[in-house]
Amino acid sequence: MHPAPSVILFTALSGLGFGLLAFLGMGLPDVTGWVAFVFFFIAFALSVGGLLASTFHLGNPKNAMKAFSQWKTSWLSREGCLAVASLILMGLYAIGVIFFDTKLTQIGWIGALLSIGTVFTTSMIYAQLPTIPRWNHPLTSAYFLSLSIAGGALLAGQATAAGVLLLIAGAVQLLAWFDGDKRFAQRGHTIETATGLGDIGKVRMFEPPHTGTNYLLHEMVYMVARKHAQKLRIIAMVFMVILPAAILLLLPSNHMLALIAVISHLGGLFASRWLFFAEAEHVVGLYYGQR
Amino acid sequence: MTQLPAQTTRKLGLVIDLDTCVGCHACVISCKGWNTENYGAPLSDQDAYGEDPSGTFLNRVHSFEVKPEATPAQTIHFPKSCLHCDDAPCVTVCPTGASYKRVEDGIVLVNEKDCIGCGLCAWACPYGARELDKAAGVMKKCTLCVDRIYNENLPEEDREPACVRTCPANARHFGDFADPESNVSKLTRARGGMDLMPELGTKPVNKYLPPRPKDTMDEIDILAPLLAPVATETKGFLGWLDKALEKL
Amino acid sequence: MTHHQPQIDTSPKVSDEIRKTTCYMCACRCGINVHMKKDDEGEMRVAYIEGNRDHPVNKGVLCAKGSAGIMQINAPSRLKAPLKRVGPRGSGEFEEISWDEALEIATGHLSRIRETNPEKLAFFTGRDQSQSFTGFWAQAYGTPNFAAHGGFCSVNMAAAGIYTMGGAFWEFGQPDWDRSKLFMLFGVAEDHDSNPIKTGLAKLKERGAKIIGVNPIRTGYNAIADEWVGITPGTDGLFILSLAHELLKAGKIDLEYLTRFTNAPVLVNGDETSDEFGLLLRDKDDKLLVIDRATGKPTAFDKKGVKPDLAATHTVKDVTHRPVFQHLAERYMSDEYAPEAVEERCGVPAGRIRAIAAELARVAFDEAFEIEQEWTDFRGEKHKTMTGRPVSFHSMRGISAHSNGFQTCRALHVLQILLGTVEVPGGFRFKPPYPKPAEAHPKPHCKVTPGAPLNGPHLGYVQGPDDLMLKEDGSPARIDKAYTWENPMSAHGLMHMVISNAHAGDPYKIDTLFMYMANMSWNSSMNTKGVMEMLTDKDENGDYVIPNIIYSDAYSSEMVAYADLILPDTTYLERHDCISLLDRPICEADAAADAIRWPVIEPDRDVRGFQSVLCDLGARLHMAGFVNEDGSAKYKDYADYIVNHERKPGIGPLSGFRGENGDEFGRGEVNPDQMDRYIENGGFAVHHIPEEAAFYKPWNMAYQDWAVKTGIYDAPQPYLFNLYVEPLRKFQLAAEGHGHRQPPEHLRERIKETLDPLPVWYAPFEDDNVDTEEFTVHALTQRPMAMYHSWGTQNAWLRQLHGRNPMYLPTKIFAKHGFEDGDWAKISSAHGEITVPVAHHGGLNDNTIWTWNAIGKRKGTWALDEKAPEATKGFLLNHLIHELQPPKGDGLRWANSDPVTGQAAWFDLRVKIEKVDGPPENSQPDFDPIKSPVGKGPENLAWKVGK
Repeated sequence: MHPAPSVILFTALSGLGFGLLAFLGMGLPDVTGWVAFVFFFIAFALSVGGLLASTFHLGNPKNAMKAFSQWKTSWLSREGCLAVASLILMGLYAIGVIFFDTKLTQIGWIGALLSIGTVFTTSMIYAQLPTIPRWNHPLTSAYFLSLSIAGGALLAGQATAAGVLLLIAGAVQLLAWFDGDKRFAQRGHTIETATGLGDIGKVRMFEPPHTGTNYLLHEMVYMVARKHAQKLRIIAMVFMVILPAAILLLLPSNHMLALIAVISHLGGLFASRWLFFAEAEHVVGLYYGQR
Repeated sequence: MTQLPAQTTRKLGLVIDLDTCVGCHACVISCKGWNTENYGAPLSDQDAYGEDPSGTFLNRVHSFEVKPEATPAQTIHFPKSCLHCDDAPCVTVCPTGASYKRVEDGIVLVNEKDCIGCGLCAWACPYGARELDKAAGVMKKCTLCVDRIYNENLPEEDREPACVRTCPANARHFGDFADPESNVSKLTRARGGMDLMPELGTKPVNKYLPPRPKDTMDEIDILAPLLAPVATETKGFLGWLDKALEKL
Repeated sequence: MTHHQPQIDTSPKVSDEIRKTTCYMCACRCGINVHMKKDDEGEMRVAYIEGNRDHPVNKGVLCAKGSAGIMQINAPSRLKAPLKRVGPRGSGEFEEISWDEALEIATGHLSRIRETNPEKLAFFTGRDQSQSFTGFWAQAYGTPNFAAHGGFCSVNMAAAGIYTMGGAFWEFGQPDWDRSKLFMLFGVAEDHDSNPIKTGLAKLKERGAKIIGVNPIRTGYNAIADEWVGITPGTDGLFILSLAHELLKAGKIDLEYLTRFTNAPVLVNGDETSDEFGLLLRDKDDKLLVIDRATGKPTAFDKKGVKPDLAATHTVKDVTHRPVFQHLAERYMSDEYAPEAVEERCGVPAGRIRAIAAELARVAFDEAFEIEQEWTDFRGEKHKTMTGRPVSFHSMRGISAHSNGFQTCRALHVLQILLGTVEVPGGFRFKPPYPKPAEAHPKPHCKVTPGAPLNGPHLGYVQGPDDLMLKEDGSPARIDKAYTWENPMSAHGLMHMVISNAHAGDPYKIDTLFMYMANMSWNSSMNTKGVMEMLTDKDENGDYVIPNIIYSDAYSSEMVAYADLILPDTTYLERHDCISLLDRPICEADAAADAIRWPVIEPDRDVRGFQSVLCDLGARLHMAGFVNEDGSAKYKDYADYIVNHERKPGIGPLSGFRGENGDEFGRGEVNPDQMDRYIENGGFAVHHIPEEAAFYKPWNMAYQDWAVKTGIYDAPQPYLFNLYVEPLRKFQLAAEGHGHRQPPEHLRERIKETLDPLPVWYAPFEDDNVDTEEFTVHALTQRPMAMYHSWGTQNAWLRQLHGRNPMYLPTKIFAKHGFEDGDWAKISSAHGEITVPVAHHGGLNDNTIWTWNAIGKRKGTWALDEKAPEATKGFLLNHLIHELQPPKGDGLRWANSDPVTGQAAWFDLRVKIEKVDGPPENSQPDFDPIKSPVGKGPENLAWKVGK
């Protein structure tokens, strides 16, 4: 899949944002006033900013309001609904802690749950697609959720928890990678099943339908070199998980180090998310001889 | 409305005959022409005369090569457009309800007024049937020429999809799969019409007729007796000729 | 729960008006419905194009090119106004001028030449569909130098067909798609009869008929063939004669057909001492002689009740004259044509040849059928039924564009005749005005008189050395050397030799080259780079060696830059045309038909239809036929000519709606409303053949009478098919030293070998001219179904389908060189080299490579960006093919053409392949950009006329 910057930004940032909101909703860290304002500002900036970034991906954003209508069937619609619901609830909660020094605990907890739910719906947008075998698995949700929660903990200053959660997220990431590598073949999609011509013999593409490119090739048939991907996986793992976890778990807590941990995590997260898209193969590639 | 209808009254779709498609792209361009001028936004082209031309097409003809064990490689032209699946995954993922499957005939359509151009339906489709138009920002797909097949401004014989009407090789057939006696149902039965990527469970309505066996003429001499020589030398041949002429 | 869904309008308005005309996106000439809609400004514009269901050619279907017409008429490459060259030739620097100035310049050159020596004008038209008109113009002008593109296209097929049986494939005839059960297809270029072949194949498939494709490349029609014979290029003739060998040996030939309808029983002069050795014996009335089985005596072939004998001989004074058939049987039954003897050369296993021969025999004879239809033959014999032999053939350029193409095409026609499957149900059927034997065609003419017309039509069919176009000193009369000893039967001229010969001054220098619709500085020439140099070459005085070049085209093609004066033509929807029975008609086997084009839209530029411009020039030059008695212009424009011109009394360019009431077909007075009647009728006219006349046309008196009545024939002209072509023998006789007109010494042996009156196979000339150990591989081009020559590239929709062309290599060669997709190779011939991208193709003869034709473009042309893939990755194979054979050290220029007809031997090419490390940025050779006279096309398109 085409690793569009808008979706990478959206999923990475909003994941962090909603993760942070979840922690804030649970009262972690227990802050009020200006300090709370700063935390909430970051959380809202990330989650709302991420959502806004996602609209850059739209061909026709003026109809975006209609996207709340199909929650019965569409994970994307559900995501929109949950995102708005969690932002509203967490907004109320934030107003309480920032301006009135009041914790609407129940609203906070519900907001936290909705925030995590939002991340889950985001993950399901990808995990629901059988056309992209690498994504079409519960590990996709585990990957999004574990990173969102770990990132939220990191931003929420929950150093030890964050360190542990990051290691868990790292483990999930590794599992997602290595299990994902095999899934396309396991599902049995081949150029033969795509064309129905396997009974005759071995099938290969002779000529593409057009010599020029098209939306499908641009959007869904992205080829990443294996060597390149391996390098990026190492980078992602080191910066997203190992370095920040080491800082959090092994070094004394310190604002400067925390900042480094956050920046490192963010960098690694982008690399991981880039790979999430770039390595995902859509079955339509079979019709173009790509696999 | 992105919920799929429990069942549709008719099941309109296409049968594509891979045994007769010569890969001429007539259907591709006829489709482009009709759908540029008709249903919804025109099918646009980018960098039309430039280095990297691309455009929106609702139907494309792929070419595959298949190598059987013992005979030479075969070339198979393979037209592909929306299969109007019974269990259309593109419909249910749509967040706005722009994508829908018509209850009366099963045609999968995009209501462009509601489309936000998120592209998720294209991701959900295994067949590459949906293309986001770059100029209009909305998702385009085969409408089965819904604005032709019922069009009272067209003569009755023209009320079929543009691709079917134009196909010179008669490789495309349009009809109602819900009717077991329709042309498409009969063809599907007679020729073993198949689904593409059946393992995904999309239940495509469109069927593909596999190519008939090729290169089956025996190379060994079993037919040779048929062409047994009438004579081995010129004299004998003239004798045969004389007798044969006498019989005329 | 109720299902909610949007309400949509399923009956939108389709168009405000449908205008019916004829397509010109390729040579197929389908009928089209052009849907017009009013745009925002109330202007009627083209909204959609579809096939016309009533039209005899396409019956409603339409190919990709046809449907993309809307992008052609809006193409940014359309020329906008007359252009005068201001920079050096080839630079593309022009200024726009008025039509008055343009026509003055043209008249200046043309009038000067006409008054002094009309042969100094070479007028050649390319993909012209108005040859009966352009030829008429050239004849009236008086130059002997006229032809269209047939010489570099398929003249071998046409000429071999005419000489053998009075017609060939495509516009001459068609398989009986409705009854054929076995169809064999040899090397077909897509646009010749594009849609009818596809619809025909579909009909065959629907009935479960078998299709055998003989072609080194398995794409397109060959992809859907049930059996694919991946033959080695240039060996089709050998393969066909091997099939004939098998059929003859097994006696699986139609003896009745051969005795009645062919010259098989005609006696061949066996007197080796005679000047007529090998010619056919005739009686006092000049009738061909056969032995009558009843009497055993030589008898005129057409005598009522004659039973021609194939087995007898006729001995006079110790000299035995044998029938044609015995010569034929003796030759092809010989072991040299046995499947085992040819299998290696042809790349087709002997067993497969046998199997195909057996299948041909089985279907032709075991599946024969009768149609209950009485008919009377030319001998006056009545037949109760018509016998069907459901085997048919079709072939085009693949087998004809070789230096052995004429004889190969002859072999195929002879094979059909041996099976008795021409003009019978289930077989091959002629379309009016064919059948038309060579004798019924005009002979060529070349007598030049300053200020006066030529003494007759330029092109025709020679009957022997006396008809050659030679000057008194024996030198060629025509600039292209057509109808000379080098290629005596060049029925379509040799357009591919014109520039080369004019540049060399061989046989003479010319003053002005006047061309129409022919991309000679690019894909329509062999040796493209050399042609560019010839067109720009200057003499010692600094003048161009070819002094003046006038060119007419509708688009900014590669050729535009090489002309001094450009006369911009219209697109096909902006013009009048006639697809005439006098020319290359669109008839069906069951009907005569012709068609028109008319301006369904008006040009939005300062352009004029080329034929209208010729009417104007003809009047300015006071040419007979183009001026009235008072010297005024006879025709206002081409439409005026189409309606009012009469070739013979009562016969004009259009056959339909003639006569006072517009109800006559074929013969009839001029009808001033004729054009309107065509438009009302959908742009065409059809006249059906009576059922009794539907088959056996050359011998069926009902057909002969119908053809006379409709003006197709002047008188009944029944004739025999020529298994043995006597005019060929006449040239051979001359080469053997007989007769007063003698070939030059260097050509004697070649004429003896190649102008054989019975089909013969010899290796393509290239095989003798190059080291076949070094150049081991054959290289071919094919035309993609969705593109027509250069024209497709300027079309925004079509160029997305084929924007570049890899060189396709067969599995063995691909593997041997360790190629991978994306690699590039250097392909070299004895003449040149190209460096191009390669790709793998399994369905390919092991020793053949190929690419799509005419995708590569020169930078700066066709209104494309200079970085367009056509100009960077696309390429032409033409660079590897020379119009001349390599020098033989005799100082002579030997054309790379068929020795009988002069057809360009495109497909003789042999190459070698080397892998290239580090691909170049552009395909090689790479030429400097041409300055575009029309600028570049727009970035984005979203074409919608209606709201």
